[in-house]
Amino acid sequence: MESNLLRGASRAQTLASLPSSHEPHIGFSIERHSQRRFATSLRQLSTMGTLARHSSEPRPCGILLLMGSADSAIKASQLTRAFGDLTAVDHVDLDVPRGAIFGLLGSNGAGKTTAIKMLTTLLAPTSGSAEVGGFDIRRAPAQVRQHIGYVPQLLSADGALTGQENLLLSARLYGLPRRERAVRIEEALHFMGLAEAADRLVRTYSGGMVRRLELAQAMLHRPAILFLDEPTIGLDPVARHSVWDRLRDLRRDYAMTVLLTTHDMQEAEALCEELAIMRAGRVAVVGRPAALRADLGESASLDDVFARYAGPGSGGDGDFGGVAQTRSTARRLG
Amino acid sequence: MRRFLRESGAVARVELIKLIRDPTELLSRAIQPVLWLVVFGQVLAHLHGSEVGGVDYLAFITPGILAQSVLFSAIFYGIAVIWERDLGVVHKLLVSPARRSSLVLGKAVSAGFRGLVQTAVISAIALSMRVAVRHEPAAVLGVLAGVLLGSGLFSTFSLIVACIVKTRERFMGIGQLLTMPLFFASNAIYPTELMPGWLRTIALLNPLTYLVDALRGLMVGGATSVHGYGVDFGVLGVVFLALVAIATRLYPTLAE
Repeated sequence: MESNLLRGASRAQTLASLPSSHEPHIGFSIERHSQRRFATSLRQLSTMGTLARHSSEPRPCGILLLMGSADSAIKASQLTRAFGDLTAVDHVDLDVPRGAIFGLLGSNGAGKTTAIKMLTTLLAPTSGSAEVGGFDIRRAPAQVRQHIGYVPQLLSADGALTGQENLLLSARLYGLPRRERAVRIEEALHFMGLAEAADRLVRTYSGGMVRRLELAQAMLHRPAILFLDEPTIGLDPVARHSVWDRLRDLRRDYAMTVLLTTHDMQEAEALCEELAIMRAGRVAVVGRPAALRADLGESASLDDVFARYAGPGSGGDGDFGGVAQTRSTARRLG
Repeated sequence: MRRFLRESGAVARVELIKLIRDPTELLSRAIQPVLWLVVFGQVLAHLHGSEVGGVDYLAFITPGILAQSVLFSAIFYGIAVIWERDLGVVHKLLVSPARRSSLVLGKAVSAGFRGLVQTAVISAIALSMRVAVRHEPAAVLGVLAGVLLGSGLFSTFSLIVACIVKTRERFMGIGQLLTMPLFFASNAIYPTELMPGWLRTIALLNPLTYLVDALRGLMVGGATSVHGYGVDFGVLGVVFLALVAIATRLYPTLAE
């Protein structure tokens, strides 16, 4: 109970710094155990929010250090990364509950990709720390890698190989025992609806199929946490929905936690239980999509929420690099 | 150790599959050595009219051209790595728990496959031009070992350059800048004795010189290794390991 209270307090801390408070939303549909826990902690946190705001010395750092992270899949505290003068990620606190689909939103250049790179151990933080799957990204990067799956923004499956061969490469790199490889690959192919296409060269796949293959690669070793950078960028609506369905299935059948970045509000609304909107390297707001909308007024859409918090601040329409990359991704997807 | 082999093996295997499936690159790479041997070598053989290092000129440059084609194809290996970076493949490899050194070594081994094919092509051309190519098993294995080591060495060097420059445009410029000096400041197409002192010093610091030296003794009947195989393979081995160590440190920066 005590650790629950502490957790609530720290989450409340994040909320306490928001422009306005978020009322608990009890009519949240509960399907799974993990979600139930998540909803409970949300309710708790808004109660605690009141306490924290009234208490005289709410020190988030101290609380974070004391806390166990038993119910958090990802917990970042004061995570920071600077490139020269530019602070791409600026003292970010994140707490992603186990089993949640969590969305990291923001304009191009807001720091989403840099944040994901740090959490997946590709990039060392300048300061601050994070635990992913219970392991510290600085002290135990190898263990973190063993417990996560990652799908980069670009289409990274090898077009010159078949789907099967791509999966075999992942299976070997993740050290799956020889006996299990075939079974797992078979299962992943079926799960992603790619069994028929397994022996075709990936360059003949549609954009949606490539994405599903990449999800299959990322799930092969049963990671606790899946990181997806713009998972449906450039996909047509049908392909997009099929990727969403697979993500929901992954969470349901394998109890995976999913952290994804997107600037597609429809995607955030459809998939995510909780969102963090980043702006100029900082977390501007955290909350459930419905609560965030309700906060802005009855007829507010998530686009309004995005405009409100992601704002025209840094980046605005996105820097040139970001746009060029997005376009080339879209082009390659046809 | 087993884990190391499995991981490097997985990376190398993928490259091998791709090479077999689409051998166009291999074939186009075979054209240049043909020009060097059939045109350059034959013409200069007449000019010299005499033996170089105990064998006729065509025989002398055959191992030099093999080493050159190993160098030229390995040195542009970094382009493929930058391409993989732009696609996100590097990120995916680096997020896996595979050791960085296994990934680097796997890449080096796969560069070696290309070298083996080039060995076959150049040996065949040389034989058709009546060069006395040695065919005792020990000599052939020695040549193959030299080619694998040389490919690994120069492709790892190329990987390091790629990690530093990070873009294709810059890499192309630097690649051109590196290959010709490495080639000319070596014993590939003329013996180091003909060089002025300063160039000979550079040639002695150039790993390509030791690759050519080893290949010359092992590949051509009547020729000998000037430095001795121990020195040749020793230098190549030490430089290769040093480069792998550096590349292991730098490779992760590609994903940053």
